[in-house]
Amino acid sequence: MSTPLLEIRDVSTFYGAVEALKGVSVTVAPGEIVTLIGANGAGKSTLLMTICGDPRARSGRICFDGQDITERPTHHIMRSGIAQSPEGRRIFPRMSVHENLLMGAQSSGIDPCPGLDQAFTLFPRLKEREAQRAGTLSGGEQQMLAIARALMSRPRLLLLDEPSLGLAPLVSRQIFQAIRKLNMETGLTVLLVEQNANQALRLAHRGYVLVTGRITMSGTGRELLARPDVRDAYLGGH
Amino acid sequence: MAYALQQLINGVSLGMIYGLIAIGYTMVYGIIGMINFAHGDIFMIGAFLSLIGLLLITSGGLLDGPGAIVLVLALSMAFTALYGWTVERLAYRPLRGSFRLAPLISAIGMSIVLQNYVQVSQGARVKPIEPVVQGGFTIMQEGTFAVQLSTMQILIILTTLVILAIFTWLVTRTRLGRAMRACEQDRKMASLLGIDTDRTISITFVIGAALAAVAGTMYLLRYGVIDFYIGFLVGVKAFTAAVLGGIGSLPGAVLGGLLIGLIETFWSAYFSVQYKDVAAFSILILTLVFMPTGLLGRAEVEKV
Ligand SMILES: Nc1ncnc2c1ncn2[C@@H]1O[C@H](COP(=O)(O)OP(=O)(O)O)[C@@H](O)[C@H]1O
Ligand SMILES: [Mg+2]
Repeated sequence: MSTPLLEIRDVSTFYGAVEALKGVSVTVAPGEIVTLIGANGAGKSTLLMTICGDPRARSGRICFDGQDITERPTHHIMRSGIAQSPEGRRIFPRMSVHENLLMGAQSSGIDPCPGLDQAFTLFPRLKEREAQRAGTLSGGEQQMLAIARALMSRPRLLLLDEPSLGLAPLVSRQIFQAIRKLNMETGLTVLLVEQNANQALRLAHRGYVLVTGRITMSGTGRELLARPDVRDAYLGGH
Repeated sequence: MAYALQQLINGVSLGMIYGLIAIGYTMVYGIIGMINFAHGDIFMIGAFLSLIGLLLITSGGLLDGPGAIVLVLALSMAFTALYGWTVERLAYRPLRGSFRLAPLISAIGMSIVLQNYVQVSQGARVKPIEPVVQGGFTIMQEGTFAVQLSTMQILIILTTLVILAIFTWLVTRTRLGRAMRACEQDRKMASLLGIDTDRTISITFVIGAALAAVAGTMYLLRYGVIDFYIGFLVGVKAFTAAVLGGIGSLPGAVLGGLLIGLIETFWSAYFSVQYKDVAAFSILILTLVFMPTGLLGRAEVEKV
């Protein structure tokens, strides 16, 4: 494997006295789609947020592109080529779709035009809604907006937290297709957190299974899909 | 009729002063969810800096009339902004992420510190100035009563409108304004997009203080007397304006300011001057009880 784009080594994260991540190690190579699956409350979102420095890892190291980013302030990390579409989408409800997208490009100081074009090619629905207040979008449209906004900074690593949550199967398939397309056409590296383990493992090159703050399994998507214990626990036994 | 028109003019020019201060309360509340109790005293500092600036400029014989006022305004805005920035840095930022009441208590402390600082350094006596801008127009004559529109009132209204226009443009059209609105709507997300939220909060205090300085200059020029204690009463009225307009809403702050200015002026004109402050405080209480989200405010949605 080539040198990793993201390397998480033995990271522990606490909420007060509660240890949400207990020595997690995950690597993501450039151009890979890696998925992290696990039950509710396993610590998946905490891991994505810890990469962004909020909350901060109490121990362990996080390196991005060879640089140690463990102690950097969140806004520095997010300017260094990492973007996140977080749990709950967190679009700015009282801004227009257009302004939400501009926010994505704002701090990197790049020209937003190519990003806007890309967003509208990927999700034509957003073009129709460009002037609309983002808070009035449907759940699926908000998810598209959250992903498109994250892409506006032209990140090398995209962190996606449960993009299919609460969406109709058709919409969720659209979103997965968009992720695959981005990965194949632009070489975007993706770390994808999903409850929908079946779809995620099919899409991803590799996967990790997180159980109450610990990585218990890892392997290629195909390997994990084939394991009976994974099927029982995360795929509803089919 | 003529008497009412006169009150309208007086009320609007007073209301604009309240509106300028109310913006500072509402912006800070919007972005960090605290009532900055020291903001009235920042206004008072702005008035004192204007006074000092005015004495320096006019006694030096550098300028007079409108030129002097513009210069005083600029100096007062710059230095008051520095005070606003410092207050946030010293008294509020270290408490961010601490329990909810901590910055509130710190703000009350800051208010006392600023008042005492001015009282000690400038003295407790009331400071009068000579009128800088005189004259005006009689716009209507009814019997013996003449409706006056003073040059000073025109100046207050025009300056405020220009400042408000610039401010509105800043908030709605610029990158900085967008970052401020993003922090107000979801600070954590703003930082996930690479926004330096501490810096954005600092800038919010700086802008709020600069607007309070404009109000301070206008107050000084209009009333001609200030003391270290004006920040309290004017501050509470401006806070009432922000609550009446809907705390967190910028147009609401201006609307609330105008309404408080008008209510206070009409109350003094038709009922009782002695109890004019009671009018403002009654409105604060009535709003909080019956309409806590104010005229243009949003119902507070629990953030997830
Ligand atoms: N802000 C928080 N404060 C305290 N505990 C939290 C917070 N966020 C998450 N947790 C706890 O940390 C654990 C992991 O949560 P999370 O990372 O959201 O899991 P997942 O995304 O896998 O569902 C859970 O037990 C959750 O209750
Ligand atoms: Mg989660």
